[in-house]
Amino acid sequence: MADEIQDAHVPTVIADDLHIVYRVNGTRAGKGSATAAMSRIFKRGEERGVRKVHAVKGVSFVSYRGEAIGLIGSNGSGKSTLLRAIAGLLPAEKGKVYTDGQPSLLGVNAALMNDLTGERNVILGGLAMGMTREQIRARYQEIVDFSGINEKGDFITLPMRTYSSGMAARLRFSIAAAKDHDVLMIDEALATGDRKFQKRSEARIRELRKEAGTVFLVSHNNKSIRDTCDRVLWLERGELRMDGPTDEVLKEYEKFTGK
Amino acid sequence: MPPSPDDGLSGAELAAKYGLSQSGARPGLVEYVRQLWGRRHFILAFSQAKLTAQYSQAKLGQLWQVATPLLNAAVYFLIFGLILGARDGVPPGGKEGKANYVPFLVTGVFIFTFTQQSVMAGVRSISGNLGLVRALHFPRASLPISFALQQLQQLLYSMIVLLVVLLSFQQLPTWRWLLVVPILALQFVFNSGLALVFARLGSKMPDMAQLMPFVLRTLMYASGVMFPLHYMLVNRAQAPLWLADLMQMNPVAVFMDLMRFALIDGYTLNDIAPHAWWLAVSWTILAGVVGFVYFWKAEERYGRG
Repeated sequence: MADEIQDAHVPTVIADDLHIVYRVNGTRAGKGSATAAMSRIFKRGEERGVRKVHAVKGVSFVSYRGEAIGLIGSNGSGKSTLLRAIAGLLPAEKGKVYTDGQPSLLGVNAALMNDLTGERNVILGGLAMGMTREQIRARYQEIVDFSGINEKGDFITLPMRTYSSGMAARLRFSIAAAKDHDVLMIDEALATGDRKFQKRSEARIRELRKEAGTVFLVSHNNKSIRDTCDRVLWLERGELRMDGPTDEVLKEYEKFTGK
Repeated sequence: MPPSPDDGLSGAELAAKYGLSQSGARPGLVEYVRQLWGRRHFILAFSQAKLTAQYSQAKLGQLWQVATPLLNAAVYFLIFGLILGARDGVPPGGKEGKANYVPFLVTGVFIFTFTQQSVMAGVRSISGNLGLVRALHFPRASLPISFALQQLQQLLYSMIVLLVVLLSFQQLPTWRWLLVVPILALQFVFNSGLALVFARLGSKMPDMAQLMPFVLRTLMYASGVMFPLHYMLVNRAQAPLWLADLMQMNPVAVFMDLMRFALIDGYTLNDIAPHAWWLAVSWTILAGVVGFVYFWKAEERYGRG
């Protein structure tokens, strides 16, 4: 029993006064002309012609082993950015993130190529996530069966651009969910494909959750947050507005959004 | 939550207590090389995937892999070979040299394109793949190296064309042709180094993608891709000898001349830059080491928007 309490207090992710700033080139309102660009170049001072977007402003929290944490907030409140920063994919402007093991985002979309066959994308996606060739070979059939791509004929040997959007989304999820993770982050990946596939993917996420130390879930669906998470972080305009047990935070959030 | 002995510890202290490591921190150089080696299958698969995807929408498909460089060479032959008289001075000179012009040109175009495309792909390798960089963990050097590897494979396709060209101009295989392997190996490492340098520059300044075509075109004319550089500078332009010697030592010219030396009958070591092999090795080590370290120094910052 004493061990369990200790175990529950082993931190897995520590965010310490985290700030994330995006820099966007060439977006000064109404000044797209060449002369305006020139004058920006020669103007004194740092960051000429660059607009800064302060997406996450001083967020601090500690997550512990075994927790499932939901991230909520309106569109553009910095949820996805925060996830990427925790995963170490977006460099912090200020502050630090410490993690136990390598947190990974559930998602492999960016590595896949529409012009390649589904088959090659399974291999490419697996390699991009850091799986070995042997691991991919061992899981290949499982991935294809899970996606259900071949249910309506031999589609896996066709280029992905010939897939319907639902089919492509199913294959992407199947590849992404093939790997086990220490700290798993899921960014609204639940609702892809048809009803049958949604059920299957929810079950797979529950499985992944069991294997992972800590799970972060970004979602606009309060029901799926309530089902999976025991703690919720509420972000608004890049600031941590509330951090606590799911019911408490969701009650406040629903009041805020006027539901 | 019950009170715990950890209350009041700062983030850094708490991390130290439980042995957490900083997320997204840059690994040491040796560790970085080890991680990169661990991703070699990804690097290869990514380069092959890019190569396949490149022409997959075209009707002739992969045929363009060889048709594109050949058409390029044809255009240069028309303009430089026939109209501007660049056939003079091709080693070994005279009539025999003139007959060597097409192999000379095609070799030059292919070898130059290899470096040119590696640099251009390098510039965009991080800035054009931000989605990938922001979604998955892998040593970022995988991207520029993978793009250079894609160009190497592209060049291997072109070598088939080159073989046909050589044979149809009565250049028969000799043992010297085996030098192609070390030359390509050196040039690949050199190109990867350049791609790494330009990947970092391009990630900070996407404008490099607009600027580099001009720099590279200048390099093309300065390396003698479609004319014998040394001969043209000294005999046609009356340039001082030291200048011609110096220009012949630029890395692209060195790789190009070595390849011509390996493949074309009538070329001797006197026709290319002095100490060409040493120059090639030095340029390769310089670009490879500098490029790799320079790229690694900013590893944790790629992907910043």
